[in-house]
Amino acid sequence: MTGDQEAARRAREQAVGPPVARTAPDDAGTGATAAAVPPPTRDTVEPGTAPAGDPAADPAPDPDVPPADAASPADDGGAPPVAGRRRGSNLLAASLIGVLTLLLGFAFAVQVRSTDTDAQLVGAREEDLVRILDDLTAQEDRLRQEIADQRAALEQLGSSDSASAAALAEAQERAQALGILNGTLAARGPGLEMTIRDPNRRIPAAVLLNAVQELRGAGAETMQIDDVRIGVSSAVTGDPGELEVDGTPLEAPYVFRVIGSKEDMATAMNIPGGVAATVTRRNGTVDIVQSDDVLVDALRPLDVPQYAEPGDGD
Amino acid sequence: MIPILGLAVGVVLGLLLDPSVPLWLQPYLPIAVVAALDAVFGGVRARFDGIFDAKVFVVSFVSNVVVAALVVFLGDQLGVGAQLSTAVVVVLGIRIFGNAAAIRRHLFRA
Repeated sequence: MTGDQEAARRAREQAVGPPVARTAPDDAGTGATAAAVPPPTRDTVEPGTAPAGDPAADPAPDPDVPPADAASPADDGGAPPVAGRRRGSNLLAASLIGVLTLLLGFAFAVQVRSTDTDAQLVGAREEDLVRILDDLTAQEDRLRQEIADQRAALEQLGSSDSASAAALAEAQERAQALGILNGTLAARGPGLEMTIRDPNRRIPAAVLLNAVQELRGAGAETMQIDDVRIGVSSAVTGDPGELEVDGTPLEAPYVFRVIGSKEDMATAMNIPGGVAATVTRRNGTVDIVQSDDVLVDALRPLDVPQYAEPGDGD
Repeated sequence: MIPILGLAVGVVLGLLLDPSVPLWLQPYLPIAVVAALDAVFGGVRARFDGIFDAKVFVVSFVSNVVVAALVVFLGDQLGVGAQLSTAVVVVLGIRIFGNAAAIRRHLFRA
């Protein structure tokens, strides 16, 4: 509705007297309460208040009213003094509306902004604060519970990790020990180097076998003869001078390299009726050199059991 | 046209200036905004009904805001501010819905 139309309409209404619809929009949509207001009252109030709001734009307010009522019969929005007055009041109303809506938009934006921040707590009411505090406490409890759960899970994972690491280390250690005993790994340590010379080729397999047994009995942990590692299933075969260990031919002199307690093993070799005595009786010689660093580096393939299987301990 | 322009300019100003709400105003500003929104919806409805009156709009706008803030203020003094502000928001919300329904009927004839 343009300003002119509005002015014309209002002028007409004022002349005729306000219809019910004229007062209906009071209080923004509740027509019932507005309609209850007696129309004459409104009509008398309106002209009185409008000039009070805009004295500058309307220099002679009161004298205008009676002519408007009396002179303009029923039609014609063009009654000049009335139109001028209405236009001024329309301007005022429009600017007021503009200012109000601007304020509304401003307040709206500010409120939305301040709701985003935590600063709103400052202006909150006590009961609201208590409720917020309760919420926060409950949330804190929940989060604490969560932290405890996660921490327990972490601890569990860490302990199982370290347990498996320890098990792995132990398994590796065991594998190494077994490898040394089985002959699948090279070994180094204190022990002795024993050389049996057999110039007349008269030393039989039994002597070498006996030497191996005696060394084991004296605490030898692993050993090799020439380049053949001695394992649990090693066998010494062949005739004197053409001895074989595990099918590998040996050449005199036979060199034993043994890791173990060197004093014990040296004593065991030299006991009366022992290996040294037997070799000497057959015109051979035995040289025993004790050493702190004997390297047993001959390897033998792993004996994979064909029949035996791991059994339960119980 | 002017109201829409005013709204837009106000929102832009509020976003740009980003002022902090004074402490004493903080409980009442949201209520006032809702009340003003109610007045605006009523005005739009009256406009569609062809019975828009600028003076009525201005007066209803101001009185809406003042009464809403006053009710909440009284509630705060009586110790039932939170409940009363809830009540005000509910009532204004119902009115906004009613006005929105009337506007919808005008716009979509449904």
